Amino acid sequence: MSTFKIGGVHPKDNKIYSAHQPIVECPLPQKAIIPLAQHIGAPAKPVVQKGDKVKVGQLLAEAGGFVSAAVHSGVSGTVTKIDTTIDAWGMKMPAVFIDVEGDEWMPEIDRSSDVIREFKLEPKEIIDRIAKAGIVGLGGACFPTHVKLCPPPGQKAEVLIVNGVECEPYLTCDHQLMLEHGEEIIIGIKLVMRALGISHAIIGIEKNKPDAIARMTELTKKTLGIEVRPLKLKYPQGGEKQLIDACINRQVASGALPISTGAVVDNVATIYAIYEAVQKNKPLISRVMTVTGKSVKQPGNYLVRFGTPLSQVVEMAGGVPEDTGKIIGGGPMMGRAMNNIDMPAHKRTSGLLFLPEDESRRGEVENCIRCGKCVSACPMGLEPYLLSRQSELKMWDEMEAHNVMDCIECGCCQFTCPSHRPLLDYVRSGKATVGGIIRARQAAGK
Amino acid sequence: MNLIIISLLVLGITGLTAAVLLYFIAQKFKVEEDPRIDEVQAVLPGANCGGCGFAGCRALAEACTKAGSLDGLMCPVGGAATMEKVGAILGMTAPESEPKVAVIRCNGTCEARPKTSEYNGTRSCAIMSAMYVGESGCAYGCLGCGDCVAACPFDALHINPETGLPEVDEAKCTACGNCVKACPRHIIELRKKGENGQRMVVKCVNQDKGPLAKKNCANACIGCGLCAKVCPQEAITVTNNVAYIDFDKCVVCRECEPQCPTGALWGMGFAERLSKSSAPQTATTEAVASAGDEKFDPAIAAKIAQLKTPLAVFPNCLRQ
Amino acid sequence: MKNLIVAPAPHAHSGDSVRKNMLLVIAALLPAYAVSLAAFGWGALITTLISIAACCATEWVIAKWVLKQQPTLCDCSAILTGLLLAFNLPSNLPWWIVVVGAIVAIGVGKMTYGGLGQNPFNPALVGRVFLLISFPVQMTTWPLPQGFSGSYVDAATGATPLAAMKQIVKNGDMSLMDKLPDLQDAFVGFMGGSLGEVSALALIAGGIFLICMRVITWHIPVSILATVAAFAALSAPAGMCPCQYTALTLLTGGIMLGAFFMATDYVTSPMTGWGKIIFGVGIGLLVMVIRTWGAYPEGMSFAILIMNATVPLLNKIRPRRFGEVVKK
Repeated sequence: MSTFKIGGVHPKDNKIYSAHQPIVECPLPQKAIIPLAQHIGAPAKPVVQKGDKVKVGQLLAEAGGFVSAAVHSGVSGTVTKIDTTIDAWGMKMPAVFIDVEGDEWMPEIDRSSDVIREFKLEPKEIIDRIAKAGIVGLGGACFPTHVKLCPPPGQKAEVLIVNGVECEPYLTCDHQLMLEHGEEIIIGIKLVMRALGISHAIIGIEKNKPDAIARMTELTKKTLGIEVRPLKLKYPQGGEKQLIDACINRQVASGALPISTGAVVDNVATIYAIYEAVQKNKPLISRVMTVTGKSVKQPGNYLVRFGTPLSQVVEMAGGVPEDTGKIIGGGPMMGRAMNNIDMPAHKRTSGLLFLPEDESRRGEVENCIRCGKCVSACPMGLEPYLLSRQSELKMWDEMEAHNVMDCIECGCCQFTCPSHRPLLDYVRSGKATVGGIIRARQAAGK
Repeated sequence: MNLIIISLLVLGITGLTAAVLLYFIAQKFKVEEDPRIDEVQAVLPGANCGGCGFAGCRALAEACTKAGSLDGLMCPVGGAATMEKVGAILGMTAPESEPKVAVIRCNGTCEARPKTSEYNGTRSCAIMSAMYVGESGCAYGCLGCGDCVAACPFDALHINPETGLPEVDEAKCTACGNCVKACPRHIIELRKKGENGQRMVVKCVNQDKGPLAKKNCANACIGCGLCAKVCPQEAITVTNNVAYIDFDKCVVCRECEPQCPTGALWGMGFAERLSKSSAPQTATTEAVASAGDEKFDPAIAAKIAQLKTPLAVFPNCLRQ
Repeated sequence: MKNLIVAPAPHAHSGDSVRKNMLLVIAALLPAYAVSLAAFGWGALITTLISIAACCATEWVIAKWVLKQQPTLCDCSAILTGLLLAFNLPSNLPWWIVVVGAIVAIGVGKMTYGGLGQNPFNPALVGRVFLLISFPVQMTTWPLPQGFSGSYVDAATGATPLAAMKQIVKNGDMSLMDKLPDLQDAFVGFMGGSLGEVSALALIAGGIFLICMRVITWHIPVSILATVAAFAALSAPAGMCPCQYTALTLLTGGIMLGAFFMATDYVTSPMTGWGKIIFGVGIGLLVMVIRTWGAYPEGMSFAILIMNATVPLLNKIRPRRFGEVVKK
């Protein structure tokens, strides 16, 4: 059984709370707020106006550039305004406000649950449909998928790696999706393979999901070219670079794109969205998200239309637990703690995790004892103790020389530090500054 | 005996050779330097704060010596007096400039700005502002982690534990501008110190619309523009829902201050604040004279005593 | 709803702490300590208690009144230093010398640099070497293992196997051969020596426990032991079986204690795998050089302290970076 070679940690996976909970559809909200920037890159440009009637699946905003993604309505109703709303971190984001009326879908969307296996589309058409459906990487980064499927000139895709790792503790949405929609995922994989013109795909699944491994193995028996690769348990295996290393034993060089190894990585949820977009004409208007935590009454996996306030999803799961100290959007390792849960669900919200108050605070910071545990935990082979100190002292040149830009912000260093030092806080802040300096230098050089 | 003589000789010759060698090497690698650089450096404060835009006092001294005129070269710490001395050494005239001081443009005190979350990460404004809006709903205001305090080389900034905001010790502040650069929210501004340290300041940078700004902070500028309307000098402009006072135009007449409905607009360096509620003044001239001993010229204080005028109209009276 | 707590990711922690690591090291030292108690009786107990108490007191006083910071006794590092210092002392050492050693160890070796994590040299060894230089007679008069029957004040003393070995190596005096302990005694721990270094078996057990608990890594102990073994095998005196000489070299003196517990001290050892290996090889070479040609019969303390000084340099060795070697 393989895994990535450098570093990594073993957080307690805590998946029991929501694992094997069937996907439940969340009811429609009365008022939906659909953000226009649900992806990395330029925000989408709205194409609807105040007072317009919209249907489910209707285009609300088109991609605002090459690295951007279209946004579709998850509800039907009347657009009341296009304004800014406050996200879960208090920042402003542009959004379309819709008063929900009924549940009227665009006529071309196939709403049946039949699995459509045949496809005769050309690669170009598949990518076009993916772009039109506004699909982004649902693993967390939200990078527009159609951009990923068009390798830059000179680079050629050789293998598709499907990310079913879900290495973040607590989260189970991808796991459940593989169990319930395995067949659709396989068709989605075939679609992507056709779009990329390749004949080999690997589905990477960590061994703590034996039923998903069994299910996918059974489904791939009949299919040539697709194999399931069980992986050892280690965080951050779901990181793109780590997964490529674990699956095909190639390491993305520092500063290079993952495609340079010939691998394209997509999350299972993304693959499922691709299936729906291409075979069913359904744009990306909903996703499965995990609502979990030790004290949550009904932890589970919920199918949520974008625009639904998170508070409504929480109601489905039995409300905010009494002892909640911290609510995290995503998993505990890389998710962001939220100020409030009034924000609408969107492409980025992969889960809601409620941590009880006694687990919500960081430990007391002590002196660095130079144990080197952060160095051995870093999956990128960096020296977090040094980088964080350099960041504190604003030694930007030295940080760059120590490859801070390679940092994937996985949090292994801070997770493992016996002195509870906020290593990643400083490294992340330093990385942002160094990135700015590098961009400024490149701009000046041009 | 021989031993001693030999030792002395060996040591002496070695020393002499080394000295000669050193002399020639020193001659060979001598760096020609304008001696005036040292003189200029001697009159500079020597804090190496970088406030002038150069890497330190020596670098500024070099720049001044090489430059044709002192225009654009300024030691914010030493101010005009120092630049005059520099000018005297170099035979140039120093440009005139008024002393400035750092001003914190946020008055989101703990009471005025209710907390909406509890931040548990590293206490650093830079780190906090990159991830979150801060502990209150205001997306523009002071985060209170003290990046500016850490950046101040003159110990002129301190966080007031009661308000949670930094305060400028104006006696120590040299307007080097390090805090301005350190603040990720761009709240701190270098403003003209003003006569007797008196100046008008809008202590808010919140660009939200009025109701939202007010909801997040009771002391916020709501962009109502009342101050701009009354300003006889047209020094106040309201852009992006926040008022700004041009300190080059402002004559510190204090007409605007009582107009402000939220108290975001302040006259700093005055004994008491003027607000709508306190506009029909209670403070008498005696109070002013006693409270402002250091700030007011005794002659003026005497004049005020004669006038027996309420504080609210005092500055205007004086001008007339 | 009450105000939520926010902080940047990660929101999970391994649960590891400085205190936990220190306690695990102390636990790993307990088997060796049990053997010491059996061997040296009351002396071992009293010396240890005095050393620990003096270390804790010194740290508390300096932190509270000199550095004016919150004393950090709870992290148990002072207790560990005290225990390790005691392990490096003869069990019949007068109590006031132990106290002096503890004050130097914590005061000079640790707090002078700013406390935990800041010291370049292993504090316990700083204390020990200070005592060794200041009180050479007391520090090199080792009691014979008599258990609790011997008295603390004037225990019977005798030469240690190390001194005998040195004589053999230096002068070729083969008459001392019978002074050497047999291997079994050396391994289990009935021979003279410092308090904690009598039982190689117990120390190895503790060391393996630490490696299994991931408190330390294998790099430093393995590289030290391998270097020492290789050096000894090549430099065995004529007339003595190289195997016996190698085994005795490894099992006597402070090699085991040093390799597993002193050299692996987090603060004063390098961070990366290769750094640790070079560090270990350096210690191994130095200790054999001192043992073979130096004035002292034992050189572990000096070897570790000298290599401690090279740690900042060894930390320049970068770990293997992801994507550095691109396999195609």
